[in-house]
Amino acid sequence: MSGGTPAPATTTEQTADQPRANAILKEIVNGNVLITVLAVLLALLIGGVLIALTNEDVQTAAGYFFSRPQDTLLAVWNAVSGAYVALFQGSIYNFRRDDFLTAIRPLTDTLTYAAPLIVAGLGVGLAFRVGMFNIGGRGQMLIAAAAAGWVGFSFHLPWGIHLIVAVIAGIVGGALWAGIVGLLKARTGAHEVILTIMLNYVAFYLVAYMLRTPGLLQAPDQVNPKSPPMLETAIFPPLLGPAYKLHVGFIIVILATVFVWWLLNRSSLGFRFRAVGENPNAARVAGMDVKNIYVYAMLVSGGLLGLAGVMQVLGTVPTGFSSGIDAGIGFDAITVALLGRSKPWGIFAAGVLFGAFKAGGYAMQASQGVPVDVVTIVQSLIVLFIAAPPLVRAIFFLPDGSRRRRRTTPIVTKEVEAK
Amino acid sequence: MQLELRGITKRFGALTANDHIDLVVAPGEIHCLLGENGAGKSTLMNVLYGLYQADEGEILLDGAVQHFDGPGDAMRSGIGMVHQHFMLIPVFTVAENVMLGHEQTSFGGRLDLDAARKRVREISDRFGFSVDPDAIVGDLPVGVQQRVEIIKALSRDARVLVFDEPTAVLTPQETDELMAIMRQLRDEGTSIVFITHKLREVREVADRITVIRLGKVVGEAAPTASNSDLAALMVGRAVELVVQKQQARPGPASLVVENLDVIDPNGLKVVNDVSFTVHEGEILAIAGVQGNGQTELTEAIMGLQPRVNGRVSLGGQVLTGLSVRRVLDAGVGFVPEDRTEDGLVAEMTIAENLMLDRSHSEPFVARGSLRLEHLDGFAEEKKKEFDIRAQSISTPAGRLSGGNQQKVVLAREMSRDLRLLIAAQPTRGIDVGSIEFVHKRMVETRDAGIPVIVVSTELDEVVALADRIAVMYRGSIVGIVPGDTPRDVLGLMMAGERPSEVAA
Amino acid sequence: MSATITPDATPVSVTLESTEIRSWKAPIALAVFVVVAVVLFVVLGRDGATTFRLSSDSDVVQLADWVLPARPTGITVTVLLALLTVVVVALTTMGNRLSARARRMVLAASIVAFTFLFLLGFLTWAAAGAAIPVTGLLLGTVSLSAPLIFGALGGVISERVGVVNVAIEGQLLAGAFCAALVASVTGNPFVGLVAAMIAGVLVSFVLAAFSIKYLVDQVIVGVVLNVLVLGLTSFLYSTVLSVDTAALNTAPRFPRFPIPVLSDIPVIGPVLFRQTLIVYLMYIAVVAVYIGLFHTKWGLRLRAVGEHPQAADTVGIRVNPTRFWNVSLAGAVAGLGGAYFTLDSVSSFGKDMTAGAGFIALAAVIFGRWNPVRATFAALLFGFATNLQNVLGAIGSPVPSEFMLMLPYVVTVLAVAGLVGYARGPAASGKPYIKS
Repeated sequence: MSGGTPAPATTTEQTADQPRANAILKEIVNGNVLITVLAVLLALLIGGVLIALTNEDVQTAAGYFFSRPQDTLLAVWNAVSGAYVALFQGSIYNFRRDDFLTAIRPLTDTLTYAAPLIVAGLGVGLAFRVGMFNIGGRGQMLIAAAAAGWVGFSFHLPWGIHLIVAVIAGIVGGALWAGIVGLLKARTGAHEVILTIMLNYVAFYLVAYMLRTPGLLQAPDQVNPKSPPMLETAIFPPLLGPAYKLHVGFIIVILATVFVWWLLNRSSLGFRFRAVGENPNAARVAGMDVKNIYVYAMLVSGGLLGLAGVMQVLGTVPTGFSSGIDAGIGFDAITVALLGRSKPWGIFAAGVLFGAFKAGGYAMQASQGVPVDVVTIVQSLIVLFIAAPPLVRAIFFLPDGSRRRRRTTPIVTKEVEAK
Repeated sequence: MQLELRGITKRFGALTANDHIDLVVAPGEIHCLLGENGAGKSTLMNVLYGLYQADEGEILLDGAVQHFDGPGDAMRSGIGMVHQHFMLIPVFTVAENVMLGHEQTSFGGRLDLDAARKRVREISDRFGFSVDPDAIVGDLPVGVQQRVEIIKALSRDARVLVFDEPTAVLTPQETDELMAIMRQLRDEGTSIVFITHKLREVREVADRITVIRLGKVVGEAAPTASNSDLAALMVGRAVELVVQKQQARPGPASLVVENLDVIDPNGLKVVNDVSFTVHEGEILAIAGVQGNGQTELTEAIMGLQPRVNGRVSLGGQVLTGLSVRRVLDAGVGFVPEDRTEDGLVAEMTIAENLMLDRSHSEPFVARGSLRLEHLDGFAEEKKKEFDIRAQSISTPAGRLSGGNQQKVVLAREMSRDLRLLIAAQPTRGIDVGSIEFVHKRMVETRDAGIPVIVVSTELDEVVALADRIAVMYRGSIVGIVPGDTPRDVLGLMMAGERPSEVAA
Repeated sequence: MSATITPDATPVSVTLESTEIRSWKAPIALAVFVVVAVVLFVVLGRDGATTFRLSSDSDVVQLADWVLPARPTGITVTVLLALLTVVVVALTTMGNRLSARARRMVLAASIVAFTFLFLLGFLTWAAAGAAIPVTGLLLGTVSLSAPLIFGALGGVISERVGVVNVAIEGQLLAGAFCAALVASVTGNPFVGLVAAMIAGVLVSFVLAAFSIKYLVDQVIVGVVLNVLVLGLTSFLYSTVLSVDTAALNTAPRFPRFPIPVLSDIPVIGPVLFRQTLIVYLMYIAVVAVYIGLFHTKWGLRLRAVGEHPQAADTVGIRVNPTRFWNVSLAGAVAGLGGAYFTLDSVSSFGKDMTAGAGFIALAAVIFGRWNPVRATFAALLFGFATNLQNVLGAIGSPVPSEFMLMLPYVVTVLAVAGLVGYARGPAASGKPYIKS
């Protein structure tokens, strides 16, 4: 008879039995919060190095570094602090303005930029939780934008109803485009990463075609591939009055976050989502229809990314859209979801952070001449660092506290056998 | 070549897998390493093979101390290994697998496949294997794959050959053939280390026997030692597995399986025309060597197999063609064979795992929302009732020991309104205390008048639990015999012989 | 299903019965194309004649133009396509009389013939009333495919060793950037070529380090790396390259180097042998990777690591170093593809100039079933589709250009969905190897 190996099991149970306070402390030292903060700092640091290296004053001063090193250091300080102060002023609070209401405007810009990032991040994060990698945000957003935009500029409906119909059209568009992926994955076992990447391009060319074809999406008097502006009734009304860009869409974002939180943590469907995401085999044996779950999850995920597309056409840029309307949000959403560790409120926070980077990035480019691309670099570095906690620990000489391997990334390779 | 291990110690964290193990294997002898699962046999061999580094102790070959940084070093020193899970690349040919790692190349660095083919044929002929060097390994039957492993080791001129649980996947006939091969190798002067926990095999083939338990050598024995002596050494307690149970009082037939076929993705009939019935209040054990269709049979009843012919009905209700969900709803409880893969979601809490197959309706779900307060109450109750040892019901199931994980699965399955319980390998890899607990619950279920199917490859468990025994071989049922059928008869049936012939 | 085993046989018969699973995918796919052919070539058939121009004025050997009347050709082609489909259907239903090998051969031949005929029909239809410069069409195909092929070879090497390479795009972009910068500064395209390889290797280092050492999901690293490289190159383009374009972003291009004799062969000569050094390097790379993967010790070990790393480990192959160095090699190969952008097609770097070529290369890897030669043909097909769109755009095509550009992606979706061929990657691809 088999005797089993009780010994290793008892050791792990002992760790679980530690006093709770101790565990919380450990979680902070070794865990997500500290690593996340350090990852952001490290990424900003590297961004600073890049800014300094490419700054002309720094280069000039470095020419006589050995005679007057302080000049170089000063130039470095000026370049980096100038850029980051501009970033802050462009994204949170601008102290150069006299009255509070104008000074706080950057924060509302940040939230405006954050709105599509958050819903898109929720979509990607939800797919992660079900064990799927939805890189198809771009395509889903484009299809959604086309659907919502078409409703937005061509239908004549009463105020309120028009907006609702347009939003729903967009969500359905995104959901269906992602649903193709879910269906193909469920029926044929094709890998969703490849499918979503490929469908991004299909959507791009499809929308590009429609945008340059009169009678489909092209504005009647246009030669450019661009749609007409949205009708007034279909645009998200401003939330804080006309002085601010922040629109009602942000309320929808908050509602969407609550919804996803409820879906994942409190609903029966979400329970099945998580079970399939963690262990599709056990889920199947427990009577869950894993294939349908993949389809449902892609529908919900695509719907959320579709909502992000809607935010773009009816909120951020209501003056008519082109095929670049997704503005890279589909890919940024992946970084948002990873930074938020696929948890709804984590994604919300991450989306606000990246929204701030975006708002501040443009301000930085305008005032300091630092290309906005530095924000992209910082964002991708943050994600690389949080994905590899041991690296961050090694850089900051932190003890390698957590022995057991913490899974920071979804296991996407785990597939249910195509039986 | 003489192999000597001196004071080998290997620790994994707090666990000492090998504790100062000494072992001498003389040239031309078959040395059995006997021990329970988890006794530390495989760890020891992985140290010998360079896959692990020992924390203490040394390895000597013909008296010279060796230092192995990896399997490459061990192989160069003449140590070969036939792994329990074959270390073969399924998409490569036999020749490619055999040459991998010590490739001969011809002009321009090209692989010399002809040389490899020749080598395969040479060794294959020597032992009468008849292995085609150009066959794709993944297409070969398990027994032949094992021969490829042996050829692989021999092609590197292994002078010490380690067989790690080689018979787990073999039929008794194939096992006998393997024994013959081992003897032939021994007679040619190869030293053989044979790792197993099966007493019969040890006594049949061993020249010397070393028994290890809990990482330590607990004794040496001659092959003439009796079964009970060896078993006592191996487990350190009386080996008899006794389950307290009354005579079964079977009711009417409840589960009826008629002419069931299961066809696997490759188009093979892995379950072939199987028919049997299980009565209320009886335990039917399905015995057989691993991989003879038992897994697929239970999966077919559960609705987990897509291509099934024939009919399964439970109390008159037809189960074939129903989804897993409907089969569960019909009152079938299922303890899957591979608990961590199919029975639990390791990252979910104990409580969540307890509702895993009831996530669609009352009492855990109301109007699409989870009823967490109900779940918590339920989980606390089951934790107590099934003696699940964990800090709390919100401990992730993956952190529990095997026995406690199995209790979670049992608790979940047995707290539904059951009309049939299917338990596949219910005690595999769990501790003795949990084994007793599991067996007790099985018998209680039976006594409550519920039909029970227990699938087990362990003959001891089959004999201890069964009221009737169905033996499977190559996808078919060889025969269904009473629970008190002698073990040797069961053994022959597991090799495919029919009970009438056995009796004759 | 044949008869069940009789119960009285002494030991139960040992062979498991086998049932034939027939695939209806090929006939269905062909039938769909026949329907498309009927609609386009017959129902929407166009009048006029199509001229296939087989040589240009500069060629030594002049071939006469080939003129086909559009509508009759379309009808003929459609009939032939339908016949081929019938052959394939017959093969599927009654093919049991042939050996498996013969069946495969006939099937493959039918599909090749089908593809060729469909293409002929399509070109004749699309260009009715105009002329198609065949040489130019094919030459452009090779040009557009070259970076795709390098990228796909990089992808094949990387995935065969067990690391999913979604970062091809990043490797191409980094290669293009460094090639442009270094070649401009040194004035030497060869140095630029080496710089491109180094850039590709650097991207690979990050991919390898994060996926092998830190066990980060390989797809995530790949996706993030693409964004990082795009950000870095765009940032440096704005802050460095565009400051002094003349000195920093005006790379010397490789000259065309016609190979004597070979370049005079009609059609093939100008297409294949009047190329630049990078293209010749590409030919060598395809052959080298093919032979290397399937006929050398390097390839055997590489594939073993990608299929069953533990098995490779037990025969003394060091899994993670093997992965690390081969992923780096893959980066070098993909980097060469990047150099093609700035040292062959144009002489300066532009933001996001690879524009998704890396993803088409990835598609080619999958459509080519992880085989370097098949992936090369897939890349050529994709390049052909893109260039066909250019050519047809110039002569006024009835098909919107976007749909031609969509083709590679649609084909790949169909391929991974199992509708065209059967795509199965290396077994251990994407899975980190953790020694127990």
